[in-house]
Formats: sequence, structure tokens, C-alpha cells
Amino acid sequence: MPPKRKNSSIIQVEDVGMDVDAEFDSGSEDEARRKRIQNRRAKSQRKAKLTIEEEEDEDEDEDKAPRGRGRRKRPKPIDSDQDEEDEDKGKRQTATRRGRTTSKKKSDKEDSNDESGKEKGSRRQTRGKAASKTQKEEQNKDKKENAKGKVEESKDKKNKKGNSSSDSHNSDSENEEDQLSEGEIEALKEQVEEKKKLIATLRNKPWRMKKRLIILKEAQEFVEKFEGALGKGKGRKLYAFKIMMAKKFIKFKRDFENFKTACIPWERKIKEVESHFGSSVASYFLFLRWMYGLNLILFGLMFGLVVLPEVMMGLPYGSIPRKTVPRAEQETAMDYSVLFDFGGYAKYSFMFYGYYNNERTVGVLKFRLPLSYLLTGVGIFGYSLMVVIRMMARNSNEGGDGGDEGQFTFSWKMFTSWDFLIGNPETADNKYASITTSFKESIVDEQENQKDENIHLRRFLRVLANFMILCCLGGSGYLIYFVVKRSQDFAKLDPRSLTWFQKNEVEFVMSLLGLVCPPLFETIAELEDYHPRIALKWQLGRIFALFLGNLYTFLFALFDEVNAKMLDEKAVKNATEWAYQEYYANYSSFHNTTDVPPLNIPPADVVRGPCWETAVGIEFVKLTVSDVQVTFLTILVGDFARAVIVRFLNYCWCWDLEAGFPSYAEFDISGNVLGLVFNQGMIWMGVFYAPGLMGVNVLRLLTSMYFQCWAVMSSNVPHERVFKASRSNNFYMALLLLVLFLSLLPVIYSIMTLPPSFDCGPFSGQDRMYDVVLETISRDLPAFIGNILTYASNPGLIMPAILLMVLAIYYLNTVSKGYQQANTDLKKKMQMARDEEKNRRNNKDSTNQMMKDLEDLLPDKSLFKPQVQEKPPTDAAPEKGSKPTKMKPGTAGVNLHKEVSLASPNPRGPVSRGPGPRGGPPGNAMGPQPGPGRGRGRGRGAPPPRR
Amino acid sequence: MGNKQTIFTDEQLDAYQVRLHGRYHELAPHLVPMDYTTEPDCKIPLALIVNMPELKENPFRNRIVESFSEDGMGNLSFNEFVDMFSVLSETAPRELKAIYAFKIYDFNVDNFLCKEDLEKTLNRLTKEELTPEEVDLVCEKTIEEADLDGDSKLSFADFENMITRAPDFLSTFHIRI
Repeated sequence: MPPKRKNSSIIQVEDVGMDVDAEFDSGSEDEARRKRIQNRRAKSQRKAKLTIEEEEDEDEDEDKAPRGRGRRKRPKPIDSDQDEEDEDKGKRQTATRRGRTTSKKKSDKEDSNDESGKEKGSRRQTRGKAASKTQKEEQNKDKKENAKGKVEESKDKKNKKGNSSSDSHNSDSENEEDQLSEGEIEALKEQVEEKKKLIATLRNKPWRMKKRLIILKEAQEFVEKFEGALGKGKGRKLYAFKIMMAKKFIKFKRDFENFKTACIPWERKIKEVESHFGSSVASYFLFLRWMYGLNLILFGLMFGLVVLPEVMMGLPYGSIPRKTVPRAEQETAMDYSVLFDFGGYAKYSFMFYGYYNNERTVGVLKFRLPLSYLLTGVGIFGYSLMVVIRMMARNSNEGGDGGDEGQFTFSWKMFTSWDFLIGNPETADNKYASITTSFKESIVDEQENQKDENIHLRRFLRVLANFMILCCLGGSGYLIYFVVKRSQDFAKLDPRSLTWFQKNEVEFVMSLLGLVCPPLFETIAELEDYHPRIALKWQLGRIFALFLGNLYTFLFALFDEVNAKMLDEKAVKNATEWAYQEYYANYSSFHNTTDVPPLNIPPADVVRGPCWETAVGIEFVKLTVSDVQVTFLTILVGDFARAVIVRFLNYCWCWDLEAGFPSYAEFDISGNVLGLVFNQGMIWMGVFYAPGLMGVNVLRLLTSMYFQCWAVMSSNVPHERVFKASRSNNFYMALLLLVLFLSLLPVIYSIMTLPPSFDCGPFSGQDRMYDVVLETISRDLPAFIGNILTYASNPGLIMPAILLMVLAIYYLNTVSKGYQQANTDLKKKMQMARDEEKNRRNNKDSTNQMMKDLEDLLPDKSLFKPQVQEKPPTDAAPEKGSKPTKMKPGTAGVNLHKEVSLASPNPRGPVSRGPGPRGGPPGNAMGPQPGPGRGRGRGRGAPPPRR
Repeated sequence: MGNKQTIFTDEQLDAYQVRLHGRYHELAPHLVPMDYTTEPDCKIPLALIVNMPELKENPFRNRIVESFSEDGMGNLSFNEFVDMFSVLSETAPRELKAIYAFKIYDFNVDNFLCKEDLEKTLNRLTKEELTPEEVDLVCEKTIEEADLDGDSKLSFADFENMITRAPDFLSTFHIRI
């Protein structure tokens, strides 16, 4: 009789099982465990409660162990049940399966008998518990829907079953039995899965190793025993192998990454500089490295397509006049001083434009050298333009994604900047330096934000500074213009009557301006009081404007020279032609024949024109070389010598040199960046006339990389305010783009309009340089392409094309602006969401003060006095983390533990308020009392109305 | 999936322990027996562990060892030793690492990162090269950024919330042995 009743109740439970689960979700085993883990986590951090923790852990171990064992014990009784039933009925769907299970379970049972005495003790305990639970169960049988965990119920179920079978009661109906064992297998499966999950996540639990090992062993045993029973557990070897391979693969990937990093040139050097001098100085070196890469590619293009073909397949040195040193110069052609000025052999080498022959094709490959020369010269511009623009686009992309960036700057620096992998003292020192530097950078940024400002004064000062600088720029611009004009006048006079100053006036003024203006600008910029990063940009822009004057005078002088040379050349050309005609006339009249043999003059003696292209090329190469010299000398004297003097004279000097006047030099970012940019402009302009210039530049960049790295590390000190470089160095790129454009103009102009020299270079004999292209089109390409090109160059087609392009630019610009707008909106939204979250979680008085005031204004609040009683838990909520969840499992228990501990004050709100009205009226008698208590209670603890 | 993990943990744990035990033994050959089948109860003091090359340069070495030792004084049994390196290994999950990172940075073991803790952390990171005002500023900013519940100290929830978003936490909180 009793067993039957129990079973029916079980069925009842199982029928409503889902509901129960849903209602008392937190009571389920999973939940319980999760919570336990939570507790443990919380506790394990409180070392003060170490002993308590251990006790509890033990308890839990015991709890867990018997649960597993309880189930393991179970099978035997069922077994007997089943056997009997089998004999009786002999027709069961799951008979075979269960048979297997049971036989295994039997052996398991035997195994478990061998287990240690301690466990036995615990089992006994469980039995005791179980018994008491059974009693309880019987008492509460009718109120099954009580807040009882599924665990307990299932335990009870098992115990009951055990009891029933040991009593050898056979009255269980077949149906029930079936269901039970099905459910049991399900439960078993669940259990196994759980254990597996436990094993899988064991490494993630913050437990001590000892405990982990114990649990692991238990769980593994359990899984091994029952997995077989459930028909799993094959292919271990394969898994092991797979895992091993996966590990190996990970290691390989890591090594490969390391290798890739090691392949980036100067990465370590730059990192070292960055760690000591900050990202702003490092940004210069990054820029330098990038320029080096770009130049290497350009160098490859130039050498591969122009220089090498000419050297390998063209005529050798000395075969034609343009490849030979003239007789008059041969005496001194190898002198060092001549070579150093790129005269002599250097002038007639493949370094310069004049060396290249105007044969249409060279070598057996029929390489069209003149065409290749022109296309490479223009292609270098095209490629540079493309690369610079692409780089800028990528940089601005990178700059855009920092949505999360600003949130945790300092926290991340504080907690994640130390790399625990560092085991090398030197690296560690660098890391300390870099962390300090990066903190300083952020501090500068932060101070900038916090600066409280007098906006009118600031604006006035900025306008004033800009006005002054504009005056300076205008003045120096006029000065340059004036000086250049004067020098033109001087040039018309007799050179001997001029003084040294009059001859070198332009250079003198230029270098004076370059020397005086940048520091002046810097001083004026102090007025503006910008953030150093922005100040650097301004400084760069201003000096750039100043240097444009430099460029202007240089180009001016150059064009003067070119014009003079072209006049010269015309004279020579006419003279030569006249001489030829004379020769022909004389020869024919003398020998009385029209069959005149060509003139046989050794190439060194041929009269030749001045070849203005080579002259321009030489000018650019000289400029580059002298630039290198000046840069290196400045570094040696201005930085290194100064550092040495300051360092060693300091021992015997009257004041402190290191801290006082000369001190050590700082790294001049703006000067160096601009030097690099303008140098690159020179290269772009000059490379068309001097293909060898690329090689010189590559060498220059290479040496300056090492030299400047050394100089910075050895003799410079970090800036007073180390500041973070902007994430994209787009400003440098923009300057570069501008210079590229400026240098593109004269070259294209010369290609399109100036007539090339008649006796040197690949385009000699042609009217314009681009005629090479036209010639190729008309002679080597099929006729229809020529036709197409003719049509395409029709103004009627070009105008609409330009219009279309303008429209496209306009459209794209609009679209990008729209995206930008959306981006800023989203960012704002994110920021707002974050602030709101913070506020919501924030239980500060400042926020609550308002709530209190608001609530005081509401009339019927006096009814809510039970708040006084509710106060303690509400107060405890924000402080004790996960505790409230235990008390109100229904509402918050399902959440992740993090959510629970953080958000608990919130869901609690409605709950704690809930009983208020209900409990209120009865306690109304204490009307006057609740006044103060209510105020406090609500004011501090209950934020519900806020949401 | 579970099965995979079983083998994984098993074998890896085995290999790990053999290798680690070598290192452990090296630290104090006179204290640690080679035979571990009898589960002897021995501990290595902090001073010896801190001198491992992997930890030597770490500014938080003492804190690391202390947070993994059961007695809080920095004496490590072999189990705790293994524990330490498993948490600091590459494969340990972010949550676990976060828990121990919190413990490490919690100098005064009050379960909160208060300003005092942050100052100590910062001074160790920078070798005390920042001025007191700067230290003050940084600590205040840190708390302001990460503190969600407004108690002007960082609880574990705050810390976890912050650290789970850090891009390079996993790669830096990691020791290879």
C-alpha cells in the first residue's frame, strides 16, 4: 500500500515535472551547483574565512560524492525487480539494453564496495539524510508543489524504490516501472553529461589543485563507468592524437607569428625608441621605415626597368659620345673632387639621364628602352600616389574603430600592460620605461582634458599667435622673392665684379630663415597652449609653408639654368648642323661624289650640347647628398657633441650643465619629419633626370635609420611632455601627398612641353618627350587602338568625363559624410548607454538624493511602512554581491553570476516593494512611526522607481 | 566532446606534472623528494620560487606566489605550484585568469582593489618614476573608469567587467614554462 502511494505521487511529480522545473528553476540541481560555485568563488577570495571555506568545501564534497554513489547503488535493487519481472512477463522493449546496463552496474557496485572507509562514512550519512527526507516526504506528500528541488525528489524517489525492492514488494505496475527506468536512464545520462561538463570545465574553476584532483578523479571514474553503459567512449586514441596535433599546430602558429615579427625590419629598434621616448618619436621612425619600403620598391622599378636593361643590353661605355667623357675633361675625370661633384665619369654614367641611348629597342629582347624610361618615370609618380592615398585611407579606417577605446585607458594600462612572459632583465627594463612613458602620455592627455580654461583669453592668444606667424611667413616669403629678383639682376652683371655675399645671397637668406624661423614659430606657439600633439601638427604645417619658399627658389633657379642651357644647346646644335652641312658640301665638292661617308670622329672629341637634363639630375643628386651631410653633421655636432660636453664637462663646470642651460637635446620631430618629406620630394622630382638617385636615397634612408636610432638612444632626452602620437600618422602622409603633388608638376611640365636635348638621353631627336608614346601607338599597336585613343583624347569626350568624375567625387563625399555622422551618433549612443548603466548601478547619494526628494513629494507614501523591516536585505544588496540571489532565487537566480551580483539591486526593487502595500494596511496602526524609517530605508536601498 | 576533454585533461595534466615536478624539484633539491607516490607534505618557501627565471623579472612576483599559496605567506606545495602555472598557462580561460589577476593585484587581501592597491601596482609597474601627483591622478582615473557601483574601490565584478574587454589581457597574463 504505502509504496504504491509513493509511486503515484512520483508520477504526479513527473507529470508536473516541467511545471515544477519552470517554477522553481533555481531549485534545480544545476542552479544549485552554480550557486555553490559562486559562493565558493566569492569565498575563496576572502581569505579571512579560509576555515569556513574548507569546511563548506568538505561538505560539498560529501554532498557530491554520495549523490553519485547513491545512484550507483541504485541499480542493484532494480535489478532484482527486473529479474523478477522479466521472469514474470518476459516481454520488455528495453530488456536487452537494460540487461547490459545492469550487469555493468553490478560490477560497479562491487567496485564501489572497495572504496575507502571515509566514503563509507559519508554514505552512511547520506542514508541517514535520505531516511529523514523520506519521512519528510511522507509528511508533505500532499503539498508536492512546495519549493523542493528536483534533486531531493529524485533522491527520495530512489530511496523509496530501494526500500520497496528490499521489501521485495512486487506490486509495482509494469507501466510505472518502465517509466521509472526510462527516467532513470535519462537521469543517468544527464548525470554523465554533467560530470563530463565538470571535467571539461574543471580547469576553469578557481579551486585549489588538491580539490580539483579529487573531483576530477571522481568524475572521471563516474564517467568511465557509465559511459560504457550508455554506449559511448570509443576512439580515445584518435582523440588523443587529434588533440596532440592541435597543440602542435598552435605551437607552430605561434612560432610562425614570432618569425613574421622577426622579419619586420627594425621592429626592435623602434620599439626600444618608443619605450624610452614615447610614441611620437617612434612615429617618426615608423614613417622613416615606411618611406624606406616605398623607396625600395621605386628603386626596384627604376633599376629593373631602366638601368639594368641599358647596362646589360645597351651599348657599352665609350661607344658613343653620350657615353664617353669628353677629351677636355678626361684629365680630371677620376679626381675625387670632380667625382664628388658628380662630374667626370659620374656624369657620363648610368646615374644620369644623358647616358641613355635613343635607340628604339635594345638587345635581343627588343626592349623598348625610351618608352620604358618614360613610363617608369611617370609610373613612379602613379605608384607613389596610389600607395600614399591607400595608406591614408587605411590609417583613417584604423582611427575610426576605437569605440571602446576611451573607456578604460588607465585601467587597462594598469592591469594589462605588464607582459608576464618577460624573463629577460633588459627587456624588463625597457618594459618599465615603456609603461612609464605610456602612463605619462595618458597623463598629458588627461591633464589636457582637465585644464580649466579661460576660453576668451585662449582664443585671443591663438588668433594673435596665428597673426604673428602669418606675418613671419609673409615677411620671409617677400624676403625670398626680393632676394631671388636681386640675384637675377646680379646674374646679368659681370660675375667678377660681385662680392661673395652677392653671389650667395639666396642660399644665405634661405638657410638663415631655416635656422631662425622654426624656433621662432615654436616660441610663438607657446602662446596658443595647444596639446603637444596638435601643436606638433601646427608646427609642421607652418614650417612646411616656410620651406615651400625654399622649394620655390630652388625651382626658380633651376628653370633659369635650364633655360640658359637650352639657349646654349640651340647654338651648339646649329653650329653642329652647320658644320655637318659644311662637311658634306666640302666632301662632295672635293671628291665629286654624292656618296659621303659618315664623319669618323672619336666619341670623346665630338662636339656636344650641355644636356640640361643631366645638369638637372646632377643638381638634385648634389642636393640630396649635401642634405645627408648636413643632417648627419647636425646630429653629430648638435646632439652627440653636445651630449658629450654636457655629460663630461659637468664634472668641472660652474653650473649644472645637465639640468641648466645647454642640457641634452630633445629629438626634433617636426624638423626630421619635414626633412624626410622634402627629401622625398627632391627624389621624386629628380629621379626622372637621374635614375641613380633612387639608389642614393635608399642608401641614405638605410644609414639614417641606424644613425638616428643610435643618436636618439645615445644623446637625446625624452620630451618634457611625452605625448602620444595620433593613432594614424595621416598628417605626415598628407604632407607627403602635398609634396608629391608639388614635385609632380615640374616633371610633368618638362615632359609635356620642354624639348629634350638633341644629343643625349633616350628622347634625343624628338620634339617632346611624350612623342615616344605617340610613336609607339602609331607604329607598334594595331590601328584601331590608335583610333580609339584619338577618339578618347577628343575634348568632347574629356569634358563629360571630367564632369562625371566631379559628380562621383561629390556623391562619394556626401556618402562618407553620412557614414561619419552615423558613426558619431552611434558612438554617442554607446557612451550614453554606458553612462546610463553606470548610473543605474550607482547607488550614490547624489543620484538618490533626487529620488528621495521626488518620493517625498508623493502623497500616499506613508502607507508603505513595512519598508522598515525590509531595510536590512535591501541595504545588504549592493555590498554582498551574490547573496541576495540566494534569498530570492526565483527572480535573479537564472542570471549569470556576474549579472546577479551587479544587477541585484534592480530586480530586487519590485520584490521588496511588493509586500509593502499588502502588509501595509494591517500595520497601519503604527502610522506615525514609519515616517523617518521609511525615508531612510527607501532613500538608501530601494531604487526601483528609477527605471 | 566530453570524452575528448577527459583524455585531454588527463594526459596533459600528466605531462605537465612530470615536467613541472622537475622544475619544482630543481628549486629545492634538499626539500623535495623525487618520489611522489607517497604524497609527502613539503612546501617551498617564497624566496626560492620567486627566483625562478620565469618570475624573476616580474614586478608582481611576490604577489603571484602569495595568491597561489594556501597559507597566504607564499609557501607553495607542489599542487599549488602546478595550480599557479596552469592558471598562467596559455589555455586557461579568461574568467579564471581574471580571478587570479584580481587576487594578485589585491595587495592587502581585502577583496577589493582600493586606491592603496592601485598605488602599489602603479609604483611597481613604473619603478616609482611618476610623481605622487601623477600617481594620484592615475589611480583616481582608474577607479573612475572601472568602478561601476560607486564605492570608489573596485570589486571583483568591476574588475572582471573591465578586464574582459581588455584586448591584450590574455596575451600578457601568461607565462610559458
